[in-house]
Amino acid sequence: MTPFAYSRAATPSEATGLGRDGASFIAGGTNLLDLMKLEIITPDRLVDISRLDLAAISETPEGGLRIGAMVRNSDLAADRKVCDSYPVLAEALLAGASAQLRNKATTGGNLLQRTRCYYFYDTAMPCNKRAPGSGCQAIGGATRLHAIFGASVHCIATHPSDMAVALRALDAEVEVEAPEGAIRRLPLSQFYVLPGDTPHIETVLAPGDLITAVILPPPQGGRQTYRKVRDRASYAFALVSVAGVVALKEGRIAHASLAFGGVAPQPWRNETVESMLHDRQPSAGLFAQAADALLADARPQKDNAFKISLLRRTLIAVLNELTDADQ
Amino acid sequence: MTISVSMTVNGKTVSGDVEGRTLLVQFLREQLHLTGTHVGCDTSQCGACVVHVDGQSVKSCTILAAQANGTEVVTIEGLADGATLHPMQEAFREHHGLQCGFCTPGMLATGYDIVRRLPDADEARIRRELSGNICRCTGYHNIVKAIKAGAEKMSAA
Repeated sequence: MTPFAYSRAATPSEATGLGRDGASFIAGGTNLLDLMKLEIITPDRLVDISRLDLAAISETPEGGLRIGAMVRNSDLAADRKVCDSYPVLAEALLAGASAQLRNKATTGGNLLQRTRCYYFYDTAMPCNKRAPGSGCQAIGGATRLHAIFGASVHCIATHPSDMAVALRALDAEVEVEAPEGAIRRLPLSQFYVLPGDTPHIETVLAPGDLITAVILPPPQGGRQTYRKVRDRASYAFALVSVAGVVALKEGRIAHASLAFGGVAPQPWRNETVESMLHDRQPSAGLFAQAADALLADARPQKDNAFKISLLRRTLIAVLNELTDADQ
Repeated sequence: MTISVSMTVNGKTVSGDVEGRTLLVQFLREQLHLTGTHVGCDTSQCGACVVHVDGQSVKSCTILAAQANGTEVVTIEGLADGATLHPMQEAFREHHGLQCGFCTPGMLATGYDIVRRLPDADEARIRRELSGNICRCTGYHNIVKAIKAGAEKMSAA
């Protein structure tokens, strides 16, 4: 790692002030320190935000859940309210990383982890995300892990988080404190930005903006699941994943939220697919139509056309599981 | 930039001066000479460097020493009670839960942590919980047996 100045922030406003002046935040550090060792990120100044008083999980007045940005992934996955009312989130958390990393990784940091694109990690390679304007070596290269939705001619990297996929299906919001103290809430759907011609910009956060919490709306009810398909059974990133929340009423789908991981630069969601399912009786034909609609926009790379059939099968399996009357 | 850090390591208060970029594992090995904790991959994959910080198992190659300032750290050197092996260490010896021994400090730290959190973990659960620890000799069968036996010893102790 290149040398840097280290300090601990005592308050969010101290952190945001230093961040506005160019400092980088470190919380769990599980991704950042790897990136710093490889000198992909070389901050001059690191502000440790891990001791900020943002590690509480509490109910909101509306009946939802406020998850402090410093809540560790392991604590969130074990939280009773999460397990009872938002099990898709607990499942997604436990599908990611390993126990020791979940003990360090935080809610805010998980949202901001960087892609695991091989070319982003290899500083000998051009990469528009790491070195804007240098080109993308992934396009035409090894693209097994890469995006089939939302990519651009400048970047085809995927977002690696499992947690964020579940949060997307749950309609989570991100609470952000800006320098000078203004607090705003952003739906997760508006938090990430697509790569376009600026793939180094991944979120709408401005310098100094600090994630202080993730807010979940009141439980939607219904069944929930997170299904992750990967190259080995543990400790691997998703090739494709599906977070599903489906409620049935009198044999019809009253509500369906579906988010997809491993396939796009951000947790992916397709409202058309959900509205197709709404108020319909579950059937193999309906699910096949939903999969067709989802995958109509898919644009595979050289090595990842398999993700189209894999995502189709995974989506249909999840819909079957969540609507199976016998379960 | 030098930072003064102080923490409790295996029950003793220690302090030292580190750089911002000094990793906890470097502080443990190079300044405290506690070389039982190993560095395998240095990228938080392999688990050879697992220690406990404030009661949580973590990878000490992926924490800055400065971040651990003020914490309680337990390393492999802190498991035994003097010359008496910890029940988990005893179980690893009995069940030949090591081959070359490189991953063993991390396996023991993780094994102890698994049993503390999940005293009744079955074999499948133990295997799942071990996903952050890699044995380059692929000696997992005996490691899993040792952890299961260690759990029984720990509950009897």
